[in-house]
Amino acid sequence: MKYLRQFGLILLFSFLGEALRALIPLPVPASIYGMALLFLALAAGMPLSAVEDTGDFLIEIMPVLFIPAGVGVLGCWGELKAMLLPAVLCVTLVTCLVFGVSGCATQALIRRERLRGGNGK
Amino acid sequence: MTEFFGNAAYFAVLACLGLYQAGAWLKKKTGLAFLNPLLVSIAGGVGVLLLLRVDSTSFARAAQPLSWLLTPATVCLAIPLYRQVRLVRKYALSLLAGIAAGVAASILSVLVIALIFEMDHAGYVTLLPKSITTAIGMVVSREQGGVENITVAVIVLTGVFGNLMASPLCRLFRLTDPVARGVAIGTSSHAIGTARAMEMDDVTGAVSGLSIAVSGVLTVAAAAILGNLV
Repeated sequence: MKYLRQFGLILLFSFLGEALRALIPLPVPASIYGMALLFLALAAGMPLSAVEDTGDFLIEIMPVLFIPAGVGVLGCWGELKAMLLPAVLCVTLVTCLVFGVSGCATQALIRRERLRGGNGK
Repeated sequence: MTEFFGNAAYFAVLACLGLYQAGAWLKKKTGLAFLNPLLVSIAGGVGVLLLLRVDSTSFARAAQPLSWLLTPATVCLAIPLYRQVRLVRKYALSLLAGIAAGVAASILSVLVIALIFEMDHAGYVTLLPKSITTAIGMVVSREQGGVENITVAVIVLTGVFGNLMASPLCRLFRLTDPVARGVAIGTSSHAIGTARAMEMDDVTGAVSGLSIAVSGVLTVAAAAILGNLV
């Protein structure tokens, strides 16, 4: 019954996400609400073991779930061709920029934090 | 024959499972990072469809059961997030600020690119979620009226690029702290980049994994506000 219970619980959070998606008029996917609710439940003391095994299975197969959508690119080759250059810039240049900005900001903040912590002692 | 493969209830899902395992095997055999299993499966899937002359719409319809699992699978990202948050609680604020800076950089630069190339709304929101995890990014694109399939391709390529460039970029930006490295890799190139972060060390891997969920949520929020700028 272990997997049945865990899968049921995960579907419950998915459904709660769907309900919030219907209630709140924002372009936020149901899965994000569900994820936030599950995280809050875990933080509030729900044991990891209540969802862990089925959850790890679903995360393991997750990349496979993207294959149909990825293969679907075949059907929109015309649209892709029209935006090829901006898309290439996004993949290369923007990725480097995001890497640098997030990494350098974090490193500077952590160093400051450590410095302050060191002075405190 | 084409009709049979287009309508078979189990062919599409079986093909996806088989392609992914073949991709994982190829990656393991060759050790080449650009042979990412997901990238290989998508390329292989395109090949199979062209070979069997099955059109991608009927393939997508046949693979519906996989899409159905996407929401519960994304909900489960809360599990690794919860595991990792306990590890790095000490740096919570710096992490959050760093990831937010990265998300802002991503969205603003895509906006600038969209303006320079005079793209329409659909094109802009197709590229907007390109640095976040596929599960969240493809839904952001769909909700905002983008071309979901292109978003998936761009996200996967971004991940592979980040995976390949992680080490040289760490040197270029002089990132020596494992927490900062993790934030940079996870925020810029989601789960596919995180695979490389895990090879660096445990802290880098955990922080990179955490950054996937956090940057995903922040991007959803930012897209809700900034999605209509173009």
